[in-house]
Amino acid sequence: MTSTIPADLPLPGAKTTQGAVERADEGNITRRSKRRLTSRGATIASLVIAILWTIPTFGLFVTSLRPQEEITRSGWWEVFLRWDLTLENYQTVLANEDLSRSFINSIVITLPATVAPLVVAALAAYAFAWIDFKGKNTLFILVFALQIVPIQMTLVPLLTLFFRGLHTAGGTLFEGFQGAGIYTQVWIAHTIFALPLAIFLLHNFISEIPGEVIEAARVDGAGHGQIFLRIVLPLTVPAIASFAIFQFLWVWNDLLVALIFASGEASPITRTLAELTGQFGRTAYLLPAGAFIAMIVPLIVFFALQRYFVRGLLAGSTKG
Amino acid sequence: MRSTITRRLMLPIALAGAAGLVLAGCADGGGGGGGGGTGPGDVGEADGVVTILGTIVDTEAELLEESWAEWAEENDIEIQYEGTQEFEDIIGTRAQSGDTPDLAITPQPGLVADLASRGYLQEAPEGVAANVAEYWTEDWAQYATTDGVLYGAPLMASVKGFIWYSPQTFAQNGWQVPTTWDELLTLSETIAASGTKPWCAGFASDAATGWPGTDWIEDLVLRQSGPEVYDQWVSHEIPFTDDAIASAFDSLGEILLNPDYVNAGIGDVVSINSTPFGADIATAVVDGRCPMTHQASFFEGFLTDAGGTVAEDGDVWAFLTPGPEAGETAVTGGGEIVAAFSNDEDTIKVQEYLSSPEWANSRVALGGVISANKGLDPSNASSAVLEQAIGILQDPETTFRFDASDVMPAAVGSGTFWSGMVDWINGTPTEEVLESIDAGWPSE
Amino acid sequence: MLKDFFNWLGDLPPLLQVPVVILAFLAAVGLLLFFLEVAPRRGRGYTIMRVAVAVLVPAFVLFAFGSVWWAIAIGALAGGAMFLLDYRSRAGTGYVLQLVGFLAPALFLLVIGLIYPSIATIFQAFQSSRGRWVGLENFAWIFSQPDNLVTIRNTIIWVLVVPIISTIAGLAYAVFIDKSRGEKYFKILVFMPMAISFVGASIIWRFIYGYREAGQSQYGLLNQIVVWFGGTPVNWLQQAPLNTFLLIVVLIWVQTGFAMVVLSAAIKGVPTEQIEAAQLDGTNAWQRFLNVTVPGIRSSLVVVLTTISIASLKVFDIVRTMGTAYPDTDVIANEMVTLAQNFETGRSAAFAVLLFILVLPIVIYNARVIKKQREIR
Repeated sequence: MTSTIPADLPLPGAKTTQGAVERADEGNITRRSKRRLTSRGATIASLVIAILWTIPTFGLFVTSLRPQEEITRSGWWEVFLRWDLTLENYQTVLANEDLSRSFINSIVITLPATVAPLVVAALAAYAFAWIDFKGKNTLFILVFALQIVPIQMTLVPLLTLFFRGLHTAGGTLFEGFQGAGIYTQVWIAHTIFALPLAIFLLHNFISEIPGEVIEAARVDGAGHGQIFLRIVLPLTVPAIASFAIFQFLWVWNDLLVALIFASGEASPITRTLAELTGQFGRTAYLLPAGAFIAMIVPLIVFFALQRYFVRGLLAGSTKG
Repeated sequence: MRSTITRRLMLPIALAGAAGLVLAGCADGGGGGGGGGTGPGDVGEADGVVTILGTIVDTEAELLEESWAEWAEENDIEIQYEGTQEFEDIIGTRAQSGDTPDLAITPQPGLVADLASRGYLQEAPEGVAANVAEYWTEDWAQYATTDGVLYGAPLMASVKGFIWYSPQTFAQNGWQVPTTWDELLTLSETIAASGTKPWCAGFASDAATGWPGTDWIEDLVLRQSGPEVYDQWVSHEIPFTDDAIASAFDSLGEILLNPDYVNAGIGDVVSINSTPFGADIATAVVDGRCPMTHQASFFEGFLTDAGGTVAEDGDVWAFLTPGPEAGETAVTGGGEIVAAFSNDEDTIKVQEYLSSPEWANSRVALGGVISANKGLDPSNASSAVLEQAIGILQDPETTFRFDASDVMPAAVGSGTFWSGMVDWINGTPTEEVLESIDAGWPSE
Repeated sequence: MLKDFFNWLGDLPPLLQVPVVILAFLAAVGLLLFFLEVAPRRGRGYTIMRVAVAVLVPAFVLFAFGSVWWAIAIGALAGGAMFLLDYRSRAGTGYVLQLVGFLAPALFLLVIGLIYPSIATIFQAFQSSRGRWVGLENFAWIFSQPDNLVTIRNTIIWVLVVPIISTIAGLAYAVFIDKSRGEKYFKILVFMPMAISFVGASIIWRFIYGYREAGQSQYGLLNQIVVWFGGTPVNWLQQAPLNTFLLIVVLIWVQTGFAMVVLSAAIKGVPTEQIEAAQLDGTNAWQRFLNVTVPGIRSSLVVVLTTISIASLKVFDIVRTMGTAYPDTDVIANEMVTLAQNFETGRSAAFAVLLFILVLPIVIYNARVIKKQREIR
């Protein structure tokens, strides 16, 4: 994701590159057919990894289709000996009214909690990369080191602030978020927790944009606002897209932050999933089906954003 | 010049840092804090809405909401119940930051004591105190009391220490239901001699793994050494390393650490730790692979799910873990305490209603649970096992003690006691296990 | 103000809140960027604008927070001071304001959400659970318990093994499938574990490691394979220290997707010309990989290794749900969570401090990398 801008990245308006990229594409096609013949070992290795990584998930999928009594009695692979599958688990899970509500909650929580940290982090990463000031490295390393702060340690102070606000002897400084929408707290909490990693990742990418590109824009009279918007953002689309995917996933699958900041009506799908097991875990057999339903959205997001990994990069080099 | 600018630049950052420090003062000064038992002062307002947080989820939660629906409508109070299995994880955080529900239904008297001693809970209002005095035994009231102050009323109850078995298998083989501990051991030997392992057990329960083992120990301490020793043990007047506790472990070891006796239908001794306590064990019992297992009254639900009928003449039935002598009834059990963070009028009304026999009858009639409320009509119970359990709880001859691990401070009760049981099954010597459990007792 | 906005927002249908809040947020950022763009420009109009922004923005933010008037006044004065400072700045007028504009949102959030709590945690590490100062007692307790030493050892194993294996597996996979037909679909196979919530993942692995004694029907795949080959089933997670590695496999399974996605994007950024040139030189695939691809993606590799290292230091849920039943599986992060839940805040905080210390080598290494990059530029 980072380090990907080649040192000889063409400056804006350099006509030659377009041709170069096209040639490179042609080269890819011829090489591709060659590769497939010569690297049989690589094909086998990648197949092995793919299978090893998929088997657990596949097992869960099969389990989600098995009747309750069978799940504890025999291994999931035995369905291939005795075919006995049912959609009943899915029907039971989908009939759960909390599920559809929490599904919507997850979407409402996740989208702003993905966009906000990305933008805030991109601004900060830009300053760390392209504005000089003393103590810059120290401050950056401090931000980077904040990744290690365990979220559990931050919950009490943050919830206290959100709930009680901030008061001094002289009066209120911040009134808190009581009665300020049910999602506000969880949006802000996720934004904060994502920042150290986001700043670190985006900085790595933004700082590798060749200095000449930025300098050229500056000579043309662009200020930091324009450089950020017109040059840095388009060039970092791959980094932003991949971080967006990961942040989306982390928020979507988060239970810890949701437990504290998204209670009651705002409960996301992970909380509903955790309660699917029922009292004393009596209905734990519903979990595999629930897990698959919850997985649909992240997979769609991955498919939708995947192409930006490559396209963003090429677009950046040709358009400038 | 350049350096002065950058130094000044740190000003906003420093300001923000200062704001953080103010915050620190705020967090400390906020709710109760480190003081002891002073109470949080007036919290909440009578706005017609009462929020309740509890551990009860899923269908059980629906039944709970159904049980008070009618009353809530009559009294024009909206009760918002939220159930979560991570209750223990979040209640501490929410109490410390002030974002508390009005009422909390907690299954652990130890947690209530922890919260109360840190000044987060309201003293029980008069009406609740009156109900507790009238409808609950002294034993039960004690579990909602910290430092002489009552903090709430019990809600539901469960009886622990049932041994589930198959009446048919017993009859076919001529095995008798034992009435003393020695008879139980003899029976185990007889079954083992016939070529089947007599016992199965499962301690696995995700992060709570080990708790089914603590139930066993508690049953044995209470039956072997009596309620006085049990109380001393719970309040740490005697340590885990005391002979009374060690002998309970030794007695249990005769069953659970004996490779000829366990783990019927599942594996060897250590497989106890990795076997989930619920569906897996229930399936083994219903399938006839496992002759006996020890579990609380709620296990009936798992047995039914596994396809067994639970009745005296059905597939599975239960007897109480016998003591050294026949005829004495001393049982351990569990239940919930309803404690309040707020003290507004609406909250008090709801808390009072939940402590009344009206509520107990309303909920028990919906099935699946019981209560130790003396005003409860046993005929409301939904199954034979539950009716029997109510009988045990209401019998004045019964000595009742709350599940010790729920009463002890969380660091032991849901910490080293659980992990100690796991280590013990894994083969750590009893003495070492007892020392490490005791070492978990909070420093202050 | 702010509260009123969120209050109004909260009354909208949930799905409508998403575009509204995102647009409002982006509008605010747009406004900020516009100001940052014009901040260094000369001329009286721009100067007036700078004064207005410097004074009004802090005041408005405090007003939106619901502050009392004197706090708003102090905010306005501080803003005015910042303007004067900026006006006389050697680096050019507008410099200070630009810097603050880019950094302030992130730093403000970090201070309230992470920096302040970590400072509080460090203080707590030297206090008892009820706030009494106890010096190094909590640390003495950590190092006096044999169990805790195992916990620390396990954490170190995690942080050494997980990043290396996941990165190697992710990189190999990314290279092998690069430009192959159906690359997209190959990617999703390895990416999938990241998309499964942990609740689901913990069940998956029960069906891999599960154990029943010989003769019973196995439900764990690993033991079923052993049985098919005529062996006796093993209670895998019971075997220390093997069990720690088996739990590590779970995190590797999850994190490889991360490594693969990031490194695959990096590989596509390595200029094809360089690879073609190396090809013409007659190098084989392995040499091309070592001499062209790896240097080309070096900084991505550092990022991936660092991120996964930190994730493995923080991991607790895998150990919590899968390892509790088995001997010697605990790690620091899990012990920390357990202690905090049991109101043992001091000991829990001491473990957190230990985590900070363990991450220092990673921080120092990255600091050096960053410094080197700066020097090159």
